[in-house]
Amino acid sequence: MSTATLKSVKKKNAPKPSGSDLSFHIINTVMLVFAGLIVLLPMLYAVACSFSSTEAIIQNRVILWPVEFTLESYKAVLDYSLIVSGFLNSLLYASAGTLFAVCLLLLGAYPMSRPDMPGRKFFLVFFMVTMFFNGGMIPNYMLVNDLGIMNTRWSLIIAFSFSCYNMVIVKSYFSSSLPQGILDAAHIDGCNDLRFFFTMAIPLAKPVIAVMVLFNMVGIWNSYMNAMLYTSDPAMYPLQMVLRDILFVAQMPPEMSASLDPSKTASLTDIYQQLRYAVLVVGALPMMVAYPFVQKFFIKGMMIGSLKE
Amino acid sequence: MAAISQSLSKRKARRAPQKPSKLQPSSSLWVRVKKAKYLYLLLLIPVVYVFIFNYVPMYGVIMAFKRFTPSLGIMGSEWIGLYNFQRFFSSPQCLNILWNTIRISLYSMIASFPFPIILALGINYCRWSPLKRSVQSITFMPYFLSAVLLVGLMSQLLSVRNGVVNHFLSAIGVTPIDFMGNPRAFDHIYVWSGIWQGTGYSAIIYISALAGIDPTYHEAAMIDGASIWQRIWRIDLVLIRPTIVLLLILGVGSILNIGFEKIYLMQNSLNMSTSSVISTYVYSVSLKASRPDYSFGTAIGLFQNLVGVTLTLLINGISNKISGEGLF
Repeated sequence: MSTATLKSVKKKNAPKPSGSDLSFHIINTVMLVFAGLIVLLPMLYAVACSFSSTEAIIQNRVILWPVEFTLESYKAVLDYSLIVSGFLNSLLYASAGTLFAVCLLLLGAYPMSRPDMPGRKFFLVFFMVTMFFNGGMIPNYMLVNDLGIMNTRWSLIIAFSFSCYNMVIVKSYFSSSLPQGILDAAHIDGCNDLRFFFTMAIPLAKPVIAVMVLFNMVGIWNSYMNAMLYTSDPAMYPLQMVLRDILFVAQMPPEMSASLDPSKTASLTDIYQQLRYAVLVVGALPMMVAYPFVQKFFIKGMMIGSLKE
Repeated sequence: MAAISQSLSKRKARRAPQKPSKLQPSSSLWVRVKKAKYLYLLLLIPVVYVFIFNYVPMYGVIMAFKRFTPSLGIMGSEWIGLYNFQRFFSSPQCLNILWNTIRISLYSMIASFPFPIILALGINYCRWSPLKRSVQSITFMPYFLSAVLLVGLMSQLLSVRNGVVNHFLSAIGVTPIDFMGNPRAFDHIYVWSGIWQGTGYSAIIYISALAGIDPTYHEAAMIDGASIWQRIWRIDLVLIRPTIVLLLILGVGSILNIGFEKIYLMQNSLNMSTSSVISTYVYSVSLKASRPDYSFGTAIGLFQNLVGVTLTLLINGISNKISGEGLF
C-alpha cells in the first residue's frame, strides 16, 4: 500500500468518524475533564480556604474562591520560626543529599558500564543484592547510631542514599551514549580512564544526571521518615517534620495561633483548622513552583528507566 | 611538540589493531585488572559506601536471633534462635497485622491498576492538544505532594468539624461522619487517595509504551474499518502487555512493604484495628516504645523482607513460564 492511498483513506475517514468513534471521543473528553477536575478541585478548595476568614469556612461559604479575603493565617504561619528553619533545613538536606547521592551513582555506574572491567559481574551482584535484601528499620537505626551521626545533620545527608535501581539506569545510559570508539580514541591518545570519566563521560551524561538530581531532590524534600528516626532536635527538622507537627496535633504551637483570637463564632479549634489550610499551601508551594520545570525531566527520566527494561 | 605527539599517536594508532583486544582471553587476568585500575578507583567509594550502609545492616539482622542488649552488642548478646519469630506468630496482633498489610496492599494494587491504563489511553487518543496537555500536567501534579501534605489535605477535607465533605453530607441530611477515625473507612481512604495521587504518574509509563507502538498497526486496522474501541482492545492493550506485567511483578513483590510514611500519618487511636501494618508495628514495638525491643522488631522486619523476595521470585517465575515476560 502506497502512502498516497493511505493518506486518501485517512482523509476520507477523518471528516465523518463512524458512530462508535464519535461516541469514543465524547466519552473520552468527558473522562479526561472529570479526571482533571477531580485532581484539581481539592487543591483549589484548600487554596481558597487558606485566604478566607474562619467564619466563612465554618459557615461553608467557601467554594473555589476566597470569601472575606484575608492574609491573617499566612501571617501567622510565616511568623512561626520553625517553618522558616524547616524550609532552610530541607533546602540543605535536599541539595547536599542530592549532590552526595548523584556522585555515588556516577562513580558506581561508570565503571559498571565498562564491559572490559574484570569482575563486573561480581560487582553487579554486589550492588543488586541491595535491591532485594535490606537490614530493615532497626539495624539501619543501629548503624546510624554506631556511626555517631545520630542527631546530626549528616544522618539526613549521607545515610542510605544509594539506589541500585537508579544506578542501573545511569549505567545503561553510559553504555548507550558513550560509543566504544570514543573511549578507544581517548586511550590511544593517552587519556586514562580517570580523565575520561571526568572530561568525557560526565559531560555526555548530563541529561541523565539532571534526571537523577531531580529524582533525588524531590525524594529527599518530600520525606520525613529519616528525620523522624534520626533526629530529635526541632532546629534540625526538615520542612516535612515541621509540617507534620503542625498538621497532626490537636494543639497548634501557641506561638503561631497567638495572633488570632477566638471570636464569638469561631473557637480555637476552628482557627486551627483555618491555619492548617495556610500551612498546607505554604508547604506545597516550593514543589508547585518547581513543578512546571521538574515535570518534563521526570517524564524523560521515566522513559529512560522504562527503556532499560 | 605538537608534531611529535601527533606522530606518536599516529604510530600508536597504527599499532593498535595488532594489539590483542581487551576482551580476548589471551591477555591475562592480571593485565586486564591492571589496565582497569582507575575504574576500580572510581568504584571504591560506592563499594565501601554500599558495604557500610547496606551490608552492615544485613549483618545486624542477626539481632533477630538474639536477645539484644545494647551494652553487650550484637555479638555478645544471648542467642535465642527463633524465639522472636515464635513470639510474633503467636502474638494476638500477628494475624491482624498480617491481614491488614496484605488486605491494604492487594486492595491498593487491584483498585489502582486499571486507572493509569485508562488515563493513558484517554490522553493518547485525545485529539485536542490543550486538553491533552493540561490533563496530563494536572493529573501528574499530586505525585509531587509529600505524604504529610496529602494526609494533611485529606484530614482537612474529611474532618468532622468544618470538613467540606461533611458540610456537603449535612446539607443533604446525613449526620457527619468521622472518616479519619473510622476503622472501616481506613482502607478506602488510603487506597483512593493513593489513586488520586498516583494515577497521573503511573500513566506516564503507559503513555510512553503506547507512543512506542508501531503506527502501521493502527493504519492497517483503520483501513480494515476497525473502530477505536477495537483498536484499543486488539492492538494497544496487547502490545503494552509486557509493561503491564512488569509493573504487576514489581507490585506483588512489595506486597508486604506498604510505604511507612503515609500509613503512619493516617493512624490514630481510633482506627488502629485496621491501620496497623508490619512497618508501623515494627516502629511501635521498637524505636517508639518506652522499652524498645530491638530484636523483636528486627525479626519482624526480616520476615517481611524474606516474604517480599520470595514473592518477587515466585511471580517472576510464573510470569516467565506463562507469557515469557519476566523481569529477569
